[in-house]
Amino acid sequence: MLSYDVLIIGGGLAGLRAAVGLCDKYNVGVLSKVHPVRSHSIAAQGGINAALANSPHGRDDTREKHAFDTIKGSDYLADQNAVEIMCSEAIKVVYEMEHWGCPFSRFPDGSIAQRPFGGAGYPRTCYSADLTGHALLNTLNERAIAKGVNIYTEWFVLSLVADNNVCHGVIAFDLINGEIAPILAKTTLFATGGYGRVYLHSTNALINTGSGIGIAYKAGAPIKDMEFVQFHPTALIGTNILITEAARGEGGYLINKNGERFMAHYVPNAMELAPRDIVSRSIQTEIDEGRGFEHPLGKYINLDLRHLGARNILEKLPGIRNICIDFIGLDPILEPIPIMPCQHYSMGGIDTNEKCETGISGFYAAGECACVSVHGANRLGGNSLLDTIVFGKLACFAIDEYLRDNSIKPDEKFLLSKKEEMEKKIYRLMYRGNEKPYRILADLSKTMSDCVGIFREKTCLEQALRDIDKIKERFKDVCVSSSTMHMNYELLNTIELEYMIEIAHTIALGAYLREESRGAHFRKDFNTRNDTDWLKHTIARIGKNGQPVISYKDVVITDYQPMERQY
Amino acid sequence: MITANEYMFKILRYDMKEPEIQPYFKSYRIKVISGLTVLMTLLRIRDEIDGTLSFRSSCRSAVCGSCAIVINGKIDLACRSQVASFGDKTIVLEPLPNLEIIKDLVVDMTPFWDMYENVKPYLIRKSSEPEKEILQGEDERKRIDQYVNCILCASCYGACPVLSRGTDYIGPAAFAKLERFVLDSRDERPLRSLEEINNEKGVWGCDTMLRCIDACPKDVRPADSIIGLRKTLLKYKAKKIFGMTNDEN
Repeated sequence: MLSYDVLIIGGGLAGLRAAVGLCDKYNVGVLSKVHPVRSHSIAAQGGINAALANSPHGRDDTREKHAFDTIKGSDYLADQNAVEIMCSEAIKVVYEMEHWGCPFSRFPDGSIAQRPFGGAGYPRTCYSADLTGHALLNTLNERAIAKGVNIYTEWFVLSLVADNNVCHGVIAFDLINGEIAPILAKTTLFATGGYGRVYLHSTNALINTGSGIGIAYKAGAPIKDMEFVQFHPTALIGTNILITEAARGEGGYLINKNGERFMAHYVPNAMELAPRDIVSRSIQTEIDEGRGFEHPLGKYINLDLRHLGARNILEKLPGIRNICIDFIGLDPILEPIPIMPCQHYSMGGIDTNEKCETGISGFYAAGECACVSVHGANRLGGNSLLDTIVFGKLACFAIDEYLRDNSIKPDEKFLLSKKEEMEKKIYRLMYRGNEKPYRILADLSKTMSDCVGIFREKTCLEQALRDIDKIKERFKDVCVSSSTMHMNYELLNTIELEYMIEIAHTIALGAYLREESRGAHFRKDFNTRNDTDWLKHTIARIGKNGQPVISYKDVVITDYQPMERQY
Repeated sequence: MITANEYMFKILRYDMKEPEIQPYFKSYRIKVISGLTVLMTLLRIRDEIDGTLSFRSSCRSAVCGSCAIVINGKIDLACRSQVASFGDKTIVLEPLPNLEIIKDLVVDMTPFWDMYENVKPYLIRKSSEPEKEILQGEDERKRIDQYVNCILCASCYGACPVLSRGTDYIGPAAFAKLERFVLDSRDERPLRSLEEINNEKGVWGCDTMLRCIDACPKDVRPADSIIGLRKTLLKYKAKKIFGMTNDEN
């Protein structure tokens, strides 16, 4: 049986950063559903925040100001101790990535360039044109090559094996050869990404099913704040491809069909650079009240970059321009970009502390699949790339500390029995049932987009919960077309679908129970923040009957007392 | 108005686990709305018509490099190719050339990754790191821009006529990545290390047909990197002859 000191699931930024930090000392294996450079980190555009104070307009920026902006942006749901650590580490990890070769854009003095981003008091976002995720992920992949990190490409995880709150490893699946492989591990780190694809309209890669979170949840790990789902203000109409916040950071305007920069009516001081939750609601309100443009693919608002000029666009937003040309046949130098808000980021995830420890010993989580929480109810742009690298690094320290205890002995017997269970499950999916998996996913994701979206209210959330119950029943009758084990993507999708349904359930339930509006969670029927009753994290655990059991946990407050969030 | 047209998709099918069955084309008739991409159509075919079809995909926005295939004879990313743009009601899809087929449109990328990893595609430093960033001028950064943009999709590898002759030539993408580091003002690799590509498997193997430039979906020009590396090698050789190199590492 394969056996590792450290088994890392996910080859994106968080997973690779952890692997690079641990491979010199420990026997490390990385499993990735896709080749590491195909991970969703690659798609991040705008940048990574760190208070380097390189900008002439930001010489007095500090890590404390970064922490304050992050906490305020989170609508005070972030754990402040964790935010302080992240913002302090930010400076170190950005320099470290630069030393490892990351091709950051530069200021004329040769220092790393920084641009303004939403909800930030200073130009703090370090970037590489509008391809920052691409630059960072390639750099970490290069580092992993230099260090000879052992990567299993196109392997995914069927199940996390935990017994009595101790993790023993995973049951993995080798997609190319079609083999089920139990892997024994003293420590397991999930860096499996977010759950965007639970929604019908998402900027996320097709691989962002959130199955890692569902796998952890099914194995008994608590998951946190699942109802907090970020809707990005500017996704390209039709395809939902992300148009970076940097487009507004560089000076782009949002314009309604009356030709107005309507953000003046909502947040006149911050305008287009208010935090994402606020801008998305403003755009949706414009559309709902009839001030959007009409298009066969849906109603939209214009993102106008034309006044920035060709040179600026070509230099600072070349990726955006290519996307517009490739996918909608227009050039943003000449025409405004039709955009609409759309699911973008998962604030919720596997409940971890600031050391990436979860509710199961020997099991860790980092990056978008984890909820520390550093983003609280609303993440600021430029903080997600930061989260992945910082917590990928911090996971190394926690895992190293845990592995110093020599008595850790993961047990094969738990893996062998779980393997058998998984074999039966796959057999069942192949030989019985009448439901097509894609139909179930289509219905689930539509329910989530329709009822658990930007604006939420009680009756619709109740409807979502009823729909999800029905979908769970239908899943019992699901069947894939082929009994071939290798290269069977439909089988992979169906295994992940089961976890997606569980995740969707916790999102809708958390949203239904939380009778307030905070950050990205907006209830029309409870439209203000209520710190007296709801300044707390939602925790979901799987109950004995398979239904989620909800409890709550205090938010960690250090120096920043909650106050009204004004921009 | 959104219009839908019927298309015939002819997709190459093969399974390495059943080598006795020769590769063959299977046809799928499907209605496609205008603006829909080849990738979205493939996803629909797999969902609605044939769950056994295999192809890679991830970002669906032309940044991850998963879905390079041959579409009506031309290499491109399936995700950024609109079905209607081919002006043909028949769309023929084949896997990338110069790599073995694992199943259908999925090829074994191992030789591609091996070549890439062999050129040491990472920043090599000898100096100790400064406390802050290593300074780099805007112009120095611009020098590496096109090579930084490479998404390792292997389109150029599939298009390369030298590789199609079955040689163990390193291939265009690996050179583009190597040049990205050789040109990086922060990189301190000894020029001597370039001797490894100073041969027919290396930069002298390219027959400058420039198909790689044509195939690249991200406007990278791998041939520029090959010419650049050749020049660097020639300069290094000249310096060596005149004893001017201080590259003693």
